[in-house]
Amino acid sequence: MKKIDILMAGVGGQGTILASNILAEVGLELGYDVKKSEVHGMAQRGGTVESHVRWGEKVYAPLVEQGQADYLLGFEMLEAARWPLYLKEGTVVLINRYRIPPPAVNLGKAKYPSEQEIESLLKGAGGRVIWIEGTGIAGELGNPAMVGVVLLGAVSNLLGGAEEVWMKVIQRLVPEKFLELNKKAFLAGRALIIS
Amino acid sequence: MKKLMTGNEAIAYGAYLNGVRVGAAYPGTPSTEIMDNFSGYPGVFAEWAPNEKVAMDVGIGAAYAGTRALVSMKHVGVNVAADSLFYAVYTGLKGGLVLVTADDPGMHSSQNEQDNRNYAKFAKLPMLEPADSEEAKQFVGIALEMSETFDTPVMLRTVTRLSHSSTSVEISEEAPPAAPPEPPLYERDAVKFVMVPANARRRHPVIEERIKKLAEYAENTPINRIEPGDDTIGIIAAGSVYQYAREVFPGATFLKLGMVYPLPAKLLQQFASRVKTVVVIEELDPFLEEQIRLMGIEARGKDIFPIIGEFSPALVRERSASAGLISTPAAARAEAAAAAAEAAELPIRPPILCPGCGHRGMFHVFRESGALVLGDIGCYTLGYAPPLSAMHTTGCMGAGIGVAHGIGKAGVKDRIIAVLGDSTFFHSGIHPLIDVLYNESTVTVVIADNSVTAMTGHQQHPGTGITLQKKTTKAVNLEQLVRSLGFEKVDICDPYDLDGLAKTLEDHLESGKPSVIIARRPCVLYAKEKRTAPQIDPELCVNCGTCLELGCSPLMQEEDYVTIDPILCNGCGLCVQVCPAEAIIAR
Ligand SMILES: Cc1ncc(C[n+]2csc(CCOP(=O)(O)OP(=O)(O)O)c2C)c(N)n1
Repeated sequence: MKKIDILMAGVGGQGTILASNILAEVGLELGYDVKKSEVHGMAQRGGTVESHVRWGEKVYAPLVEQGQADYLLGFEMLEAARWPLYLKEGTVVLINRYRIPPPAVNLGKAKYPSEQEIESLLKGAGGRVIWIEGTGIAGELGNPAMVGVVLLGAVSNLLGGAEEVWMKVIQRLVPEKFLELNKKAFLAGRALIIS
Repeated sequence: MKKLMTGNEAIAYGAYLNGVRVGAAYPGTPSTEIMDNFSGYPGVFAEWAPNEKVAMDVGIGAAYAGTRALVSMKHVGVNVAADSLFYAVYTGLKGGLVLVTADDPGMHSSQNEQDNRNYAKFAKLPMLEPADSEEAKQFVGIALEMSETFDTPVMLRTVTRLSHSSTSVEISEEAPPAAPPEPPLYERDAVKFVMVPANARRRHPVIEERIKKLAEYAENTPINRIEPGDDTIGIIAAGSVYQYAREVFPGATFLKLGMVYPLPAKLLQQFASRVKTVVVIEELDPFLEEQIRLMGIEARGKDIFPIIGEFSPALVRERSASAGLISTPAAARAEAAAAAAEAAELPIRPPILCPGCGHRGMFHVFRESGALVLGDIGCYTLGYAPPLSAMHTTGCMGAGIGVAHGIGKAGVKDRIIAVLGDSTFFHSGIHPLIDVLYNESTVTVVIADNSVTAMTGHQQHPGTGITLQKKTTKAVNLEQLVRSLGFEKVDICDPYDLDGLAKTLEDHLESGKPSVIIARRPCVLYAKEKRTAPQIDPELCVNCGTCLELGCSPLMQEEDYVTIDPILCNGCGLCVQVCPAEAIIAR
């Protein structure tokens, strides 16, 4: 069983926690040993959120090691750009094309990096960068906060696991009244990347 | 059946499975979810105490009565509870008592990085440290039994990484033990439970004897184990650091410690004699290393690994390679990536007050007043940061009022404000407030009342009228409480009303009297109110930047005017009030 290390980076309120919970549970369903770690202390205050999910035969540390990530899911462009140190040759990087400018940028005191800058930073570290209109797709379906599920849909073809397995976990973790929409969001994401 | 649980969930589950019936805590990252989760199990009583010391005493009381109890807090909470912890070590208990300390290496959300393993040695009690959620669950049971066998409270240490990581846990088929049919009988035993000097002197030798017996126990408990491997390097590690070390040294011989105090001297000697080099890998203080060296064992440790900050697999690998313990593949690519990342100078994303937060208006008024503002810990601490820049000290919970009083007594001529949140006030603000009155200062105390413990994720507190287990209860009325202490000058203001708050503050600061202002506005995240965003007329906007000085994220600088992001904005109207050009129009 090959180890798979997945990193997720976003901003508080973007749904990274739900997405990482789904990923972890899918890993278990597929028979992996799974560990997951989050740092979200100040997340509600608009801070950075990072989440590590590791699948493998036997996983010790709940943290992905630098230079070892197999996947990076960037929920926000700037947050994705912070992780080149964790990439290796061929790391799949999905970036949601969406910006949330931090305070210094709003105040005109710092510059938000351009798409080209972000892309070359991550490519330079070995990343295979794929842009996803996650927030756009989720917004069209009725709730931009479902961006995480769109990203999961997109990466699901690469990670493997039958559609039923993903759906089963989504069914278990998403509250009933948002379930149908989230399933749609997942399928919309899944249609984006054919492995 | 296996289930993914965070360390905190697993501790709560372990407590429930092992018949804990009383839980008490005060919130604090990364400990909060322990009591949150425990409170939801059937047949248990769980509470948010006003502070950690009260929580500790509640747990001790339950254990005196023979009932198993769980008390949990963040590392600095143990400082608050320490006086009680120390006497409980002397008296011992009847039922098992476990105190969970959740340490925060790396200070993800704390004011310091203290290593609470030192408390075990200091207070002379045993401490366990699990390395994943399954162990967290099991160790609670072991700790409870140890507590009852050895007649002592037992500490269980977790760290942020363990508390907030999910790993799989075996779900028990068996139900927890049923509650005893009869209420517990309290056995009166003054010699054991009344710590007057004469009794305490009798108890101290018992404590010393007990810790020796616990060290014997540590020799044989299966939670301290040698994991044989290549004997060139022998690694000693505990907790989450053990997992990092396992990633880096897959084939080495390990001594995995589940019990970090007291240490098993014979087992350590035996381990040291079978390996060539002993390496202690531990985060923060050289707690294990110093004791191991005192046993005469040669060991490496803090000469390789830092004493500051959180570890990670990468850090353990990098330091081990530098010390020649392992050879690592060439890191040219990593260096290039690091250099590129640094060159990109990505803007940081610090936490900020939420759009619509009542604290923002309050700090705006503080800044304009020019007063010295002595602060405290909570969401409102973010008022220290630019552009609000209106808090000048923050130390620990409850410090602000006393510090303000002291600065005043030193003779400083500034006008002085002490500010603290409502939960912080109940935690440790009442005593210093009494001091202000009793010893006659002129401090103006502002209670930033958002009617919930917001910082740690919206827990109830004695002012909300709701308990942890969601029962309706009596709410302590802040205004009545403060008046009953003897404060005559007390006002309640809405921090959304900048002029009103500024006027009241000016009146209080100039009154020459001790006084209290309650700045009341429910937390927007908790109240989930959504008001309409105002609009900026770009024709009228003179681009003066006044509104940006509020430090509110929906306000964005464009080329030569400012815009408002209507999705982020909560329509509090502060920017409408401060705009000198009247370019921002409420809707
Ligand atoms: C001794 C101690 N216990 C707990 C904490 C964690 N903590 C920091 S602030 C805070 C409460 C803040 O609530 P409140 O005073 O109401 O302010 P708010 O965040 O709601 O603005 C807590 C529990 C701490 N830092 N120190």
